[in-house]
Amino acid sequence: MNYIKIIFIILVSLAVSQFSYAKNPSDLINEIVDQASNILSGDDPVESKIIKLNDIAERSVDIDGIGMYTLGKYRKSISEEDKSKYQKLFKSYFLKSFSSRLIDYTDPKINVISEKKVSDNYTIVNSLLEASKGRPEVKIDWRIYTKNPDKPLIRDLMVEGLSLARTQKEEFNSIIQNNNGDINSLFKVLEEFIIK
Amino acid sequence: MKNYFKILIIIVFSNILFSVANAGSDGNIELKSNSDTSEVSDCFEKVNRGIFAFNQGLDKVIFKPLATGYRKLPQPVRSGASNALGNLGNVVTIPNNVLQGDLKSAGVNTMRFLINSTLGIGGLFDVASYYGLEKREKEDYGQTLGAWGVGEGCYFVLPVLGPTTVRDSIGSVVNVVGGDAWYNVTVANDTQYFNEADYYFSKIMSGVDFRAKNLESFDSLEKTSLDLYSSVRSLYLQDRRKKIQNLDEVTETLSDDDWEEVDTQ
Repeated sequence: MNYIKIIFIILVSLAVSQFSYAKNPSDLINEIVDQASNILSGDDPVESKIIKLNDIAERSVDIDGIGMYTLGKYRKSISEEDKSKYQKLFKSYFLKSFSSRLIDYTDPKINVISEKKVSDNYTIVNSLLEASKGRPEVKIDWRIYTKNPDKPLIRDLMVEGLSLARTQKEEFNSIIQNNNGDINSLFKVLEEFIIK
Repeated sequence: MKNYFKILIIIVFSNILFSVANAGSDGNIELKSNSDTSEVSDCFEKVNRGIFAFNQGLDKVIFKPLATGYRKLPQPVRSGASNALGNLGNVVTIPNNVLQGDLKSAGVNTMRFLINSTLGIGGLFDVASYYGLEKREKEDYGQTLGAWGVGEGCYFVLPVLGPTTVRDSIGSVVNVVGGDAWYNVTVANDTQYFNEADYYFSKIMSGVDFRAKNLESFDSLEKTSLDLYSSVRSLYLQDRRKKIQNLDEVTETLSDDDWEEVDTQ
């Protein structure tokens, strides 16, 4: 009888813990904005800040998903070997690009305004980056992938309605297209950026 | 009547130019249909990249230093200049509100222009917002053509002026053939109050004001971009599409079916 009780308690605990991990998309944004703000306004050296920012990105951004999206039409024709190489390169590129964009901000104030579920898999969270030092207020919207509601992930940032992922996709596609469709041309440019 | 002929000639000329551009493309560039916004029709990419590099050089030696200096002016001075330039822009926005059938915005913008030009001392102060007439989105003839269903056509880069499309260039031409009241009273007609220099000064100041507001964004883009030319092209085209659809709700911006295909969970 005691075993049944124990099993029952374990099952209930697991169910409760599942609920406690489930996050709504706005909470995810509030949480990472707070974490990033604390890191950026702290006294840590830049290298340490970059490591911490990258850690946030790895936990809350669907880097693999964005990587595949940015390949556009080439996603369908890429070999498994190239795909795996690309994902590694893209991750390094993304993290370097992400932290170098953020590191210039000392204490960004981003306020979540609202959220809207646009499909079964996506919710858009609307937020505002407060104006500072001659910079106007900026509208930032976050595309959150919610297929697994327990682990929502960021897939895109739309700054004043302009999608960064889409811009990236068109940039990558332009590089490949201007090199006769050779995916290695993109690998080369990514490698150059990473070691720069 | 003479002006209508001018517009007609320019439209016909632009269409010829557009056809030549398509015929002259090298086959590597995929041309897009009006309904498909995922492909870019960059008909003169090689030439465009050259002009883009020239503009980048010009930006480095002229516009960026000017914008950096402008940013050092006291905030009230910058706000005043920005308000006055925005107020002048209403003379193009209002007819376009009417052409797009948005009479409510036309009314609000007309009231804003009248109040800010008088009580707001030539537009330096946004008094109209104080009376509840909030600022609305700017409209131009390129956007109106887009709203009427005209496709954007080839993307190209103009020296100094930067990115544009065939449709947006036609829109800009309308400004100088009577569609812009500010141009009419400064350049087109000899009035005793304004002259050509006022018009060109206002245009340069608009550019500097825009550049100053985006100093960090441009720097960040330059720093992280792998191909700056195609990033700027993508951002320009996205921005124009968004403005033509008058999308405030970003959730409705740009259908991107690609996302549904990418499954990582």
